Amino acid sequence: MTRAALLVLADGRFPAGGHAHSGGAEEAVEAGRITDAASLEDFCRGRLHTAGLVAAALAAAAAAGVAPGELEAAADARTPSPALRVAARKLGRQLMRAARATWPSDELAAVAREFPKGAHQPVVLGLTARAAGLGPEDAAYCAAYESVSGAATAVVRLLSLDPFEATAVLARLAPELDRVVDRAVTAGMAVLAEGVDALPSASAPLLEIGAEVHAAWPVRLFAS
Amino acid sequence: MRGVHATARIRAREDGRGGTSLPVLESDGPLALRRTRGDQGEARVMLVGAMSGPLGGDRFAVEASVERGARLRLGSAAATIALPGQLKDEARYDVRIDVADGGELHWLPEPLISAKGSDLHVTTRVDLAPGARLVLREEQVLGRAGEEPGRLRSRLVVRVGGRVTLDQELACGPGAPGGWDGPAVLAGRRAVGQLVVVRPEFAERPVSARVLADSATLVPLAGPAALVTAVAKDGLRLRRVLDEALNFLA
Repeated sequence: MTRAALLVLADGRFPAGGHAHSGGAEEAVEAGRITDAASLEDFCRGRLHTAGLVAAALAAAAAAGVAPGELEAAADARTPSPALRVAARKLGRQLMRAARATWPSDELAAVAREFPKGAHQPVVLGLTARAAGLGPEDAAYCAAYESVSGAATAVVRLLSLDPFEATAVLARLAPELDRVVDRAVTAGMAVLAEGVDALPSASAPLLEIGAEVHAAWPVRLFAS
Repeated sequence: MRGVHATARIRAREDGRGGTSLPVLESDGPLALRRTRGDQGEARVMLVGAMSGPLGGDRFAVEASVERGARLRLGSAAATIALPGQLKDEARYDVRIDVADGGELHWLPEPLISAKGSDLHVTTRVDLAPGARLVLREEQVLGRAGEEPGRLRSRLVVRVGGRVTLDQELACGPGAPGGWDGPAVLAGRRAVGQLVVVRPEFAERPVSARVLADSATLVPLAGPAALVTAVAKDGLRLRRVLDEALNFLA
């Protein structure tokens, strides 16, 4: 295992298509719920403790070797918005392509065959971490960080927010991100003994509603 | 000293004459069940709060079982208000529901209101056979009028044929993870609700996703089920949106 693999996987330039998604920030900006760095921070904090926690736990469980099919069903049940299920699978498919080229493994190939339309992105992320020789905690860190970094970057573009301010938001969330990862890893490992019921299912009603509102727009800058 | 522990139980059974009987209708302490007039083969039960609560340390549970071919409709006489108690412990309110093939349940209680200083953990677990039908409403109001909410955690899990179709938790109020009142989660709205509708025919013909109102959507779940999610300024507005959704789905 190499620690540097984590940097490769977590790098925003890793070609997995994440830059095309705003994590719900585009709709929240349009609706006037995100207007500045402070409201972006509050948005990201809420996202981190809900969708971020769930994604991190799924990624940790996948990295720990839980069967992807079980995690797929658990992810579906925790993602009521069909627009978000579609986005998660699209991102999963793109990540799978990048992962197989970067860290070829029989396991990734088998999962790609099992889910030709794509598996949920956090599940693929966990499997990618395994292929890269990384562990559940690394996978959870990638998922939790992605759950807020994408939204922060998108808001820089959507509001012409100062990129320094957006990065400062992410830095201020770092201690909470550590705690979310702790919870996610504990839950993800518990799945091995207790099944997928042990996964958190923290939900964010406005993210779910906003995703459907956004999907109905005729013109959008981001895919989700 | 401990809080009040109470479990109410309902069992609905097809009576063989096109109606539904209730071989079990057990009230317990503050959870009083009354059979009311039903119609067209359906049994109706009203959950009547015989005292306020749940308070800190209380453990309430309601168990309902709908057998093959039976039809049950449950309502409640008034909102449930979570209040602070003399005990500092959290209160629990657990609902367990199962519905057999050909059974139908309408679970339409009044809202749960989280009063200032309260600490309540609610879980609703629903197990449906593949041929069962369900309409379930859940409404949460954060604080009485003009009041800060208490701490409220809720989890709703719906299984159809053993497969999890919906699993959602929501945590809000003091002590909840940060951002719960922010732009990603509730954005200052004080009422949040869900309507889950499960019908076998949704497997072949799922509902189309649609935006119902300012902050409400109807979506098909990954399974034979539809979900309405709504947030609103207050409980009245929330009910209006959910009632419209219920009519739309009828």
